[in-house]
Amino acid sequence: MKYVDEYRDPALARGLSSEIRSLVVPGEVVRVMEVCGGHTHTIYRHGLEDLLPPEVELVHGPGCPVCVIPMGRIDDAIAIAETDGVTLATFGDLLRVPGSRGSLLEAKARGADVRTVYSPLDALALAVAEPDRHVCFFAIGFETTAPATAVTLVQARDDEVANFSIFCNHVLIEPPLRAILETPGLQVDAFIGPGHVSSVIGTDAYRFIPEEYARPIVVAGFEPIDLLQSIAMLLHQRAEHRCEVENQYTRVVQTRGNDRAMAVIHETMQPREEFEWRGLGVLPWSALAVREAFGAFDAERVFTVPGVRVEDPRACRCGEVLTGQIKPWECGVFGTACTPERPIGTCMVSSEGACAAFYSYGRMRQPDTTAVSITRTTPTARG
Amino acid sequence: MGERGRRPVLRDEVITLAHGAGGKATRDLVEALFVEALGNDALMPLGDSAIVRAAPGRLALTTDSYVVRPIRFPGGDIGELAVNGTVNDLAVAGARPLWLTAGFVLEEGLAIETLAAIVHSMAVAARAAGVTVVAGDTKVVERGKADGLYVTTAGVGILEHDLELVPASVRPGDRVLLSGTLADHGMAVMIARGDLHLEGDIESDTAPLHELTAALLGLGGGLRWMRDPTRGGLATVLNELADQSSLAVRVSESMLPVRPTVFAACEILGIDPLYVANEGKLVAVVAADVAADALALLRAHPLGADAVEIGVVEQEPVAMVLLDTSLGGSRIVDMLVGDPLPRIC
Amino acid sequence: MCLGIPGQIVEIPDRAAGLAVVDISGVRRSVSIALVDEPALPLEPDDWVLIHVGFALGRIDEEQARDTLDLLRRGAELEQELDVIRRGTIA
Repeated sequence: MKYVDEYRDPALARGLSSEIRSLVVPGEVVRVMEVCGGHTHTIYRHGLEDLLPPEVELVHGPGCPVCVIPMGRIDDAIAIAETDGVTLATFGDLLRVPGSRGSLLEAKARGADVRTVYSPLDALALAVAEPDRHVCFFAIGFETTAPATAVTLVQARDDEVANFSIFCNHVLIEPPLRAILETPGLQVDAFIGPGHVSSVIGTDAYRFIPEEYARPIVVAGFEPIDLLQSIAMLLHQRAEHRCEVENQYTRVVQTRGNDRAMAVIHETMQPREEFEWRGLGVLPWSALAVREAFGAFDAERVFTVPGVRVEDPRACRCGEVLTGQIKPWECGVFGTACTPERPIGTCMVSSEGACAAFYSYGRMRQPDTTAVSITRTTPTARG
Repeated sequence: MGERGRRPVLRDEVITLAHGAGGKATRDLVEALFVEALGNDALMPLGDSAIVRAAPGRLALTTDSYVVRPIRFPGGDIGELAVNGTVNDLAVAGARPLWLTAGFVLEEGLAIETLAAIVHSMAVAARAAGVTVVAGDTKVVERGKADGLYVTTAGVGILEHDLELVPASVRPGDRVLLSGTLADHGMAVMIARGDLHLEGDIESDTAPLHELTAALLGLGGGLRWMRDPTRGGLATVLNELADQSSLAVRVSESMLPVRPTVFAACEILGIDPLYVANEGKLVAVVAADVAADALALLRAHPLGADAVEIGVVEQEPVAMVLLDTSLGGSRIVDMLVGDPLPRIC
Repeated sequence: MCLGIPGQIVEIPDRAAGLAVVDISGVRRSVSIALVDEPALPLEPDDWVLIHVGFALGRIDEEQARDTLDLLRRGAELEQELDVIRRGTIA
C-alpha cells in the first residue's frame, strides 16, 4: 500500500531506533505521552516499545473518543435504540462498550435495531432507503470525525430527510490536554500530538503546550516510522533546549489545518458548556452539540434520553493511568476484575485504552513493581 | 418413491411451507432437486438412514452448521462452504473423508432456482472432494427466519494410520506451516454483505484440503497436528494449540501471506487479518527435521502453492502466542474478544 | 478518531455532489470530497487523499512524503555507519 508500506520499512525503523538511542542520556527517563488512541494502537501492534531504549517511557493518554464516553451516554444511546421504529447506526468501536445495563451489542440481542456503519453518510443513506424507520447515528470522535458528521447534517438538511438524527458525542482535543497538563503530579515530559485531529485544526492549536506548560509536542502520523521519527524529534528538542510545536506529519498536516472542515463544524455544531469525560471528570467547553438551526436532526431534541449520570466503580483508577501517575498493572483490578471482556473503566473499554492495549498486546512484559523504579547502576556502554 | 428414471419435475418457483410438511411436495423437492444433484447408491433408497460399509479402524466424526450471510458470495456459496468445511474438519483430523449428511432449514419464499444452484454447488464440491452425501433432511420455516437457508452437516472419515494428531504430540522446536494467504474468505463475505459499501476483487478461498492433508500424512510421526483456521482466524487456532499443549507459539509477521487487496480492506476497516476466517487454508505443525519436506509437499499442490513456514513452537511463555513484528518488536496475539468489527479509532 | 487510510482518486462522478471514487490497493469506495475539493484547486483523478469514515479529510503531499522518506533513508544510512563506529568495529 502506497504511503503505508514505506512508513513500515524495518530498515528505516532500525535507523530511527539507533538515532533515538544516541539521543537519550543514560539513566535519564523521558516520559512521552501519545495522546491519541490510534497512536497507542500503532505502538502495540508493531511492538515499537522493543525499539526504544528504557530511557524512553511511553504514557498512553486519553485521546480515545470511545473510551471517554460516560456510561450514562451509552445508556442514552441504548434508550434511543430501544425506541419503536428506530434504527441506531453506530461505528463498530461502540458496540461492546458497557453502559450500566450492558452494551449496544447486548441491546441488539434483546431486539433493538442496532446496525454498524463505516460512515455517517451510510447512516443517512440508510434513512433515505428506509423511510418507515427513523435512523439515529451515534456520532463520536474528536475534531477528526466531527467534519464528517457536519457534512452529513448539511446534506440531510439540503435533501430534506425527515427520518434522520444524530446523537452528538463529539469531543474536542484541547480541554483534556489542558486537564492533563494541570494535573498535580503529572509525570509527562513531552507529547506526541494527534495527526488526524491536526489535519483539521492545524498545529498552532497546540502552542499553549510549550508556551504555558513548557512541554514540547510533535504532531505525528500513524505509521510506526512516523512515531519513531516523532520521538527522535522530541529528543532533539530536549538536547537542543528547544520547546516548541513541530509537525512530523507534513505529508498530511498543514499548519493552518482544514478551513472548510472547521467551517462546516461551526455551521452545524456548537460547544457544550459542560461534558463529562470518563476518567477525567466534567470538562468545560469540551464537547459539541447540534446547533438549533439543525435541531430537527438533534437526537437530544427528537428523543427524551434518560440523561442519568453513572459513576465508575470505586476501584477504578483510570484517572491516574491516564495522567501517567500509575501504570496499568499497578491498578488493583487490572487483569482481575477489570479485563477487556469485562471492563470496569475507560482505560480497558476500547482496544486503544492504555490498560486494554497493554493487556491484549503487551502483558508478557509485565514487570514486578520494583522494576519500574530507577535502579540502573552504571550506564551500559554503548560502544 | 418415484421409479428410477422418472424424476418428478419441479414447477414451483419458491419454497413454501408445504415443501417442509413431509408429504408430496417434500418428496417432489427431494427427488427433483436434491437427488437429481446428489444422487448416489447410498442415498438412493431414500430410507430413514443410509447404510454404509467401513473398513475396521478409527473413524472421524464431525458436525457443523452453516449460517453465512449472504448465501452466495464471490468465490462460492453456502453449499460449497458446507461441503468443503466438513471435508476439512475430517481431513485435518487425519481422516480420509468419505460420507456427508446435509440437513437444510429453508426460508419460506426462497427461490427454487437459488436452492438448486446451491445444491448443484454441493454436488460439484462433493465430487471434487471424493465424498458422497448419503443422507439429508429438509425443513421449512416461516419467512423472516433462516436468512434464506441454513445447512447443517455431519461428516464421517476413516483414519488409515496410527498417528496421534493432537496438541500433546507437539514439541518445542516444531515448525508451524501455513498453506496460503490469510483472511480471503472473511473479508470477501464482509464486503459481500454490502453494508460497508466497499468494492474489491476479493474471493472466498473455500476449498477441500483432503489432498494436502493426505500428502502430509506421508511424513509419519514428523506430522504433529493440523487445523483449518476458520472462524476466529489463524490467531484462534494458534491460541488453542498453545493453550492445549501448554507451550508457546511464536509467529513471524513478515512471513504471513496476505493478498494486497485483502490487506487494504483490513486496513480500511481496522481489522486484524489474524482474526479473520479462512475456508481453504491449512495450518500444520511438523517436526523441524521434516519441515522442508512438508513445505515441498504443500507447494506441489495448487492449493498449497503459497505455503510458508510462519513460526515455531517454544517452551514459553506458556499458553501464549507471540508475534515478531516486521518492525523488529514483538507482541501478544491474544484470544479474540467478540467478532472482529470495523473500527474508526 | 484516528483511522485514516491513504487512497487514490479514481474518478469524480459527481463533483457537484462532492462524491469521488477512491482506490486503496484494489478496494474501492465512494467518498465525499466536500472537505478537500476547492474551485481554486480542484481535486483530480490520480490525486492522493487521506480517507476517514468515508470522507477525504486532506490531500497527501507527494513531495513532502518523498522529502521525509529521503531524509529518513539518509538518516538510516548514517546511523548504520555511526553504529559501526560506536561498536568499535572496523567495517
